[in-house]
Amino acid sequence: MAHLEIKQLSKRFGGFTALDRIELSVAQGEFVVLLGPSGCGKTTLLRAIAGLERQDSGQIWHAGRDISHAPPAQRDYGIVFQSYALFPNLTVGDNVAYGLKSRRTGHALGAVGAQQRVADMLVLVGLPGIEEKYPTQLSGGQQQRVALARALATSPHLLLLDEPLSALDAIERVRLRSEIRQLQSKLGITTLMVTHDQEEALSMADRIVVMKNGQIQQIGTPQDIYRAPCNDFVADFIGRGNLLDATSQDQAVFKFGRVSLRCASAGLGHAAHRFYVRPEDICLHSITDTTENSFTATVKKTEFMGSSYLVTLDADMEQNKPLVAQFSSNYLEGRPIHPGALLRLSIPAEHLRSMPQSL
Amino acid sequence: MNTRVLPNIGVGVSRNWGAYWPAGLLLLSAAALCVFMLAPLGTLLIGSVLDEQGHLSLTRFVNFASTPGVGTATWNTLWIATLVTLITVPLAFVYAYALQRACLPLSGVWRIVGLSALAGPSLVGAIAFIQWFGNQGVLKSWLGEQTVYGPIGITLATVYASFPHALMLLVVALATTDGRLYEAAEALGASRWRKFWTITLPSAKYGLISAALVVFSYSVSEFGIPKVIGGNFPVLAVEIYIQVVGMHNFGRGAVVALLLLAPVLMAFAADWYIQRKQHASLSARAVPYVPRPDPRRDLALLVYCGLIGVIMLAILGIAGYTSLVRFWPYNLEMTLDHYLFGLAEAGVLNAYLNSLTIGALTALVGTPFIFVTAYLVEKTHTGPAWLRPLIRALATLPMGVPGLVLGIGYILFFNAPGNPLNGLYQTLAIMVLVNVVHYYTPCHLSALTALKSIDREFEAVSVSLRVSQATTFWRVTLPICLPAVLEIARYLFINAMTTVSALVFLYSPGNMPASVSILHLDEAGDLGPAAAMATLIVLTTISVSVLYSIATHFLLRRHQAWRQLKR
Repeated sequence: MAHLEIKQLSKRFGGFTALDRIELSVAQGEFVVLLGPSGCGKTTLLRAIAGLERQDSGQIWHAGRDISHAPPAQRDYGIVFQSYALFPNLTVGDNVAYGLKSRRTGHALGAVGAQQRVADMLVLVGLPGIEEKYPTQLSGGQQQRVALARALATSPHLLLLDEPLSALDAIERVRLRSEIRQLQSKLGITTLMVTHDQEEALSMADRIVVMKNGQIQQIGTPQDIYRAPCNDFVADFIGRGNLLDATSQDQAVFKFGRVSLRCASAGLGHAAHRFYVRPEDICLHSITDTTENSFTATVKKTEFMGSSYLVTLDADMEQNKPLVAQFSSNYLEGRPIHPGALLRLSIPAEHLRSMPQSL
Repeated sequence: MNTRVLPNIGVGVSRNWGAYWPAGLLLLSAAALCVFMLAPLGTLLIGSVLDEQGHLSLTRFVNFASTPGVGTATWNTLWIATLVTLITVPLAFVYAYALQRACLPLSGVWRIVGLSALAGPSLVGAIAFIQWFGNQGVLKSWLGEQTVYGPIGITLATVYASFPHALMLLVVALATTDGRLYEAAEALGASRWRKFWTITLPSAKYGLISAALVVFSYSVSEFGIPKVIGGNFPVLAVEIYIQVVGMHNFGRGAVVALLLLAPVLMAFAADWYIQRKQHASLSARAVPYVPRPDPRRDLALLVYCGLIGVIMLAILGIAGYTSLVRFWPYNLEMTLDHYLFGLAEAGVLNAYLNSLTIGALTALVGTPFIFVTAYLVEKTHTGPAWLRPLIRALATLPMGVPGLVLGIGYILFFNAPGNPLNGLYQTLAIMVLVNVVHYYTPCHLSALTALKSIDREFEAVSVSLRVSQATTFWRVTLPICLPAVLEIARYLFINAMTTVSALVFLYSPGNMPASVSILHLDEAGDLGPAAAMATLIVLTTISVSVLYSIATHFLLRRHQAWRQLKR
């Protein structure tokens, strides 16, 4: 049985459905990220697992016991919030030791033991020897590391992270996310993180759970979710993409306006089809090239993104939205693309992925 | 709950207790508020619609309305309140504007001077105006043919007494403006007046309305001032006093009290309705407005503040000065006779000690009760669904109830023969309780503000660390809220020292409070000792305020080092 098992969990706030029959199982030591826009229910799910929100129906099993109705103090987890929630009037040492002094934890650490534990935890999060400082003396990233140390100090078997990086600046965010991931792998602690940042989710998770309107849209590894989104919402929410409507022309060949492309995966007999192409999967060729699935397009706009260029194209494909391609800056070195230029492009057959019809 | 599947972490009786104590305590709070707040007011309401035989009828209202002079008293009360409002609010608005939007030297001093009237009972102003403009007043000629004993004196003294209440609201209203609005207006080339009419005034609109309503209801329900300086000018508040204290006609008193409650409640309902429409004018990203020096504006406002300040200090000063001279204004020899013979020898000094006790007990009982109740409402979630809305409603109820009305409610409820709490009547304890109830709302609101500013996840974090909520309250919440808690204690003490309205119906000759004794000294014509008692009260509240500042300063430095630290 999985370490954490969510069964048919539902929760309504008045007329608003926050969770709609959620099914999820998380393996021992796994890092699972709940991803979705605000109001999708991801935070409610996390709080229900923590016992801070009570579900209307459904069950939560943790390490083989039914905790659906257990009060928070009798569940076994550490939690970290976006706001750090460090006690401002206590030193870092006292903050980390907060849960160690409780008689109910059964840790039975003496004062010396607790002190040692605090020191160890601070070493673990890379901030040794700051016990005497107050939270206000630390940067946001440091405060969040202390919050992490506090949550882990009581050796819980489940770590819940509620948008832990959202309050940090961009550089600190990237640094801390790899640190958290490393720490989690090292301790092997089962972890559930909530975020609305798809890049964060892709870079940290073993598995991602994409949510919308209280329902799970897709569960999968970051690679699965990115390469094969199961519906428009997931495709749109994770990374950039082009959704293309086509009509069937031949066995595996489809017509996109005036452009005909072969698709490696499709084989459905419907007349109308929809396909999905990631911008970085569109290839740039010399203008005389005649590779399979190649076509010409006019550049409407370019956007410099640092490591890459984002190019908006007019490809004569009769779509609602213009085609967007992404080319590596490195690749384009010395060959700048200007609006109005004519380009020869191709979409390799294996990158043209069939999508279900939208509702 | 199926306890069999739970492992052995702290399962037992303590868990149930741990989960239910907040609701239990909150129920006790609600019960206390019902007994000491709701029940007296309810009795007042019922008492006024029952006739002598205990039947439901409006006879009391009819009898009262047909009493000669009632129409005049009602009319007088209303026009005086309107006049006071029209004078006080603009005066306080310009003063608040000077404090918030101009670069005045010593702005801290001006703020204290502006609020100085809060230091004493409302009677101080009345006594001072008698000393200046009364029959023996040095400035009597200023009034020409008019006498200060009447509408003029009532208006002047009420304006003085209500000024700080309006000022506090307006200072807050003017403090919360986004500086970027002014920068935008400047960039668009708006003139000074245009900025004032389009930004300053609209953003202070709700503050102005609130201030007007507070001043109006203050004036309607104030009875100490018309009692002392009103002469034979009839107003409703004095009418209640005469009916209840003079004639022991509680039923009649209840009717007048209800009449008094009507305009006040209407004012507060209007305020509540308007405030509801007000959205936070200051977002988290707003840039606070910082005034830049402007010699012309600053000088004009400095002169204005100076003028008001001189008047304020002249009012407070004359009371202190006349308490130290033998016979104002004919014999100006300095003497402590008013204190030694007028108060100590006459046995009135006990009243001062009573007030100190009442003030201290009000702070000691009220502060923990109010803060813990606010904490339970804001930071715990167990218990029946109606409990928290009920307590929130009860906590804001006293805001609209004048002390006078509360006092009569207390008499009717606690003096009833069948009431098991009958023994409380005319004790020190009941005066302490009525003070806590009377000043409940502002204290509740400041406790709530302090609690709301704390990260709302603290409780969630501690519960995840399996630390009890009581421990977190003691180790984290209380230390963080300490400044607010101390401020509540100070507020309760000062108001308990200076209030007259509710206590005047509840004391016994043995435990008369100081502020009430002023009324009696004045009635007996002992204006010197009355001024001496007022001065004692003012000195006490000022000393306590100074002590409070020093204490909090050191307390915060020693035990709250984390507040000052920056990285």
